[in-house]
Amino acid sequence: MVNNNIQRESKFKLWLTKEGSAYAFVSGYALMFIIFIVVPVLVAGLLSFTQFDTIQFPKFIGLKNYVTLLTQDDIFMKYVLPNTIEFAVIVGPGGYILSFMLAWMLAQLPKLPRTILALILYSPSMTSGVAMSVVWLTIFSGDQNGYLNSLMLNYNLIQEPIQWLQSPQYLMPIMIIVTLWSSMGVGFLAMLAGILEINPEMYEAGSLDGISNRFQEIIYITIPSMRPQMLFGAVMAIVATFQAGAIGVTLSGANPTPQYAGQLIVNHIEDYGFLRYEMGYAAAVSVVLLLMVLLFARVANNLFGSND
Amino acid sequence: MSIFKPKRHSGIHYSGINPKGYHPSQLKFYVILLPLVLFMLLPMAFIFSHAFKPPDELFAYPPRFFVINPTFKNFIDLFSKMSSSGVPVSRYLFNSIIITGVTIAASILVSSTAAYALSKKRFKLKKTLFAINTVALMFVPIAVTIPRFLIIEQIGLMDTFWVHVLPALAMPVGLFLIKQFIDGIPDEIIEAARIDGANDLYIYFQIILPMIKPAIATIAILTFQATWNNADTSSLFINDESLKTFAFYLTTLTSTTAGANAVAGQGIAAAASLITFLPNLIIFIFLQSQVMSTMSHSGLK
Repeated sequence: MVNNNIQRESKFKLWLTKEGSAYAFVSGYALMFIIFIVVPVLVAGLLSFTQFDTIQFPKFIGLKNYVTLLTQDDIFMKYVLPNTIEFAVIVGPGGYILSFMLAWMLAQLPKLPRTILALILYSPSMTSGVAMSVVWLTIFSGDQNGYLNSLMLNYNLIQEPIQWLQSPQYLMPIMIIVTLWSSMGVGFLAMLAGILEINPEMYEAGSLDGISNRFQEIIYITIPSMRPQMLFGAVMAIVATFQAGAIGVTLSGANPTPQYAGQLIVNHIEDYGFLRYEMGYAAAVSVVLLLMVLLFARVANNLFGSND
Repeated sequence: MSIFKPKRHSGIHYSGINPKGYHPSQLKFYVILLPLVLFMLLPMAFIFSHAFKPPDELFAYPPRFFVINPTFKNFIDLFSKMSSSGVPVSRYLFNSIIITGVTIAASILVSSTAAYALSKKRFKLKKTLFAINTVALMFVPIAVTIPRFLIIEQIGLMDTFWVHVLPALAMPVGLFLIKQFIDGIPDEIIEAARIDGANDLYIYFQIILPMIKPAIATIAILTFQATWNNADTSSLFINDESLKTFAFYLTTLTSTTAGANAVAGQGIAAAASLITFLPNLIIFIFLQSQVMSTMSHSGLK
């Protein structure tokens, strides 16, 4: 018995010296990761099956939130979902392809001009949409003093000032332009580094194998040689796209956005969660959003993931 | 024999990927890139110009893009202003500086220690933990604002300094980048130190940390951007006005700009935007080569 205890104690001591310090090193990050990422995702999952108004204890209602979302939420089906898909498809792959092409062109320049141009292209992504909103609000201001209006009035392109940010047909294109403008982020830098890292001999081998133009070179050498960076860039592009969802509300100054023209899934969550206090329903929308991100990432993984 | 083979990439080369100097074949890229870069630069040029405009230029019709008589008036107005709740603007700026500083330090410590263990230590959950973190690269914080709100309320972080710092420490991309970087350090170095009797703390502080400076700089920059520009934490989790950040104060300025007195607050808002933007730019200029060397390890397999 005593012997057994001693044995167990020494086993524990052995574990402590072998693995204990590893867990100690991980613990700080792991704790924050659990509290602020894992638990919120789990809570969102649980809450999505309940009715919860923040005052009373959540009431289990099964799949009702999801059923309502898919069958009765007209705004979601008519505006939020199509808007989100439009926004995500243009800004996600669009920004990603733009990032890659810019990185590829930059890689063909000497170091100094490359660094300066890369810095300029990266700098919009450093600031949040908030910091730059004063620019957009001034440029797209709805009165004749707005920069775009004044310019277009001046050249007689329009007769009356246009309420850019308040009109349903312009809000979405402006949101897309503003987000594309800031889409050369971490993924862009990773892809630039990836292109620069490719062994020059690869290109020589390629030209011996009959690759005759730059386009073939991109498809058969550049992209396959930097799949890991391509995938990293894709994941960063997806996250940035969905994370940028608040831009419509920032620009138009209202949630819901005018006639739901710029309403994205993120705004829908906020609308139900913080304006109507239907937390259970908002959680169901959050789960749908997280699933959409996973779906997009799945596609990226199939394109660029390792083949094994 | 090799003389007859075109050697585009060997020796000193002036065209192709990563050229050493100027070559006429690069001209086509400049022709495409320069106009685009200028277009991308416009909003930032606008912020610089707008922040220094005197009132008559801010109100001028037709509006002018560039400032003619630059003045510091907007900055002076900004700092002589009180927010509507009586907190001086310098207080928001002070909060932002302290919060950002503490968060960067904590983030570097927390992610680099974890990255060291995930890269160089042997333990049971190692693979699983890294795999979970890799999935979490796809995590979109804005999606779980509500559960986060409930959790922060439950654990009593509402209206505290730490609510600015702690959530920012869970940064999967930061851990990922440092871990990939440490993977590049040969195991032999660590084994040799271990044979000499070095413990984990010694290895971490004396061997790993000095070798991963580029990755540290990258985490510092990413944390800086996430924290310095963060207005959401202040608006969601902080009621005490004297604990809010400068980025939050900026949002209050721009939301009034959108309203009735469109032009009145514009100069001040532009000045505040410039103060928010500039540190991002300056820090990145100083650390860009470190960031690029980290990014070449960034691949996701």
